Amino acid sequence: MTMQETIFWILSFIVLFCAVGVITSRKPVNSVLFLIMTFFGIAGHYLLLNAQFLAIVHIIVYAGAIMVLFLFVIMLMNLNEDAEVPKSQLVKFAGVISGGILLLVVLAALKKADIALISPGSTDIGLIGNLGRTLFHQFIVPFEVSSVLFLSAMVGAVVIGKKN
Amino acid sequence: MPINDYIFLSLALFCVGVTGVLIRRNAIIIFMSVELMLNAVNLMLVAFSKFHQDPSAQVFVFFVMVVAAAEVSVGLAIIVMMYRHTHSVDVSNMNRLKH
Repeated sequence: MTMQETIFWILSFIVLFCAVGVITSRKPVNSVLFLIMTFFGIAGHYLLLNAQFLAIVHIIVYAGAIMVLFLFVIMLMNLNEDAEVPKSQLVKFAGVISGGILLLVVLAALKKADIALISPGSTDIGLIGNLGRTLFHQFIVPFEVSSVLFLSAMVGAVVIGKKN
Repeated sequence: MPINDYIFLSLALFCVGVTGVLIRRNAIIIFMSVELMLNAVNLMLVAFSKFHQDPSAQVFVFFVMVVAAAEVSVGLAIIVMMYRHTHSVDVSNMNRLKH
């Protein structure tokens, strides 16, 4: 087993373990902390795939901004006590079975796919210069549209969250 | 490193997210499960970007992040408003649009 495969399996174990922790832990704050661990594992995967800039942006945006927003909502509204009435065992069982069946069906569909190796190739496609060139040459219209989306989301959040 | 391993990993992550949406009632944890699903898709996009040596997929990941950020800001505002009205974040209290 090469060094790269070892790192891949360790990171995958961390990611899946923490993802299961997110959906099983009783307190919302524990879920948020597990989710931050998951995001760091995914950022490690990005580094392994030579997407260096994306790994940094992922940590800044997800762990730095989105998760802090979640933590603020949980702490300001004091939601951490375990007030959730759990769903019945039957519903939980059905949910887990449905998720497992979804996994099984797609795995079975992919079982006969050819095993294609990722060649090392060039290592600089994830650098900021390349990404910026692609963004501003091929994707300039979606870029502008996403700015409008952000503006409307900002206005929407203020309007919905306002006390009336 | 075979691409199949990355496909299986992101598939497993996506299914964990689906299971989370199905088995929890807390609206905040349901939101986090949606984030898990979005991240599974991002991971797959980055793996294929490396596989085809094409930076377009990584630019697409940026757009997914933009949509996720917008979704979270509006969604958390809705959760705050729901908490003010009903004093809980249980999604099973949110079926009033039916009546």
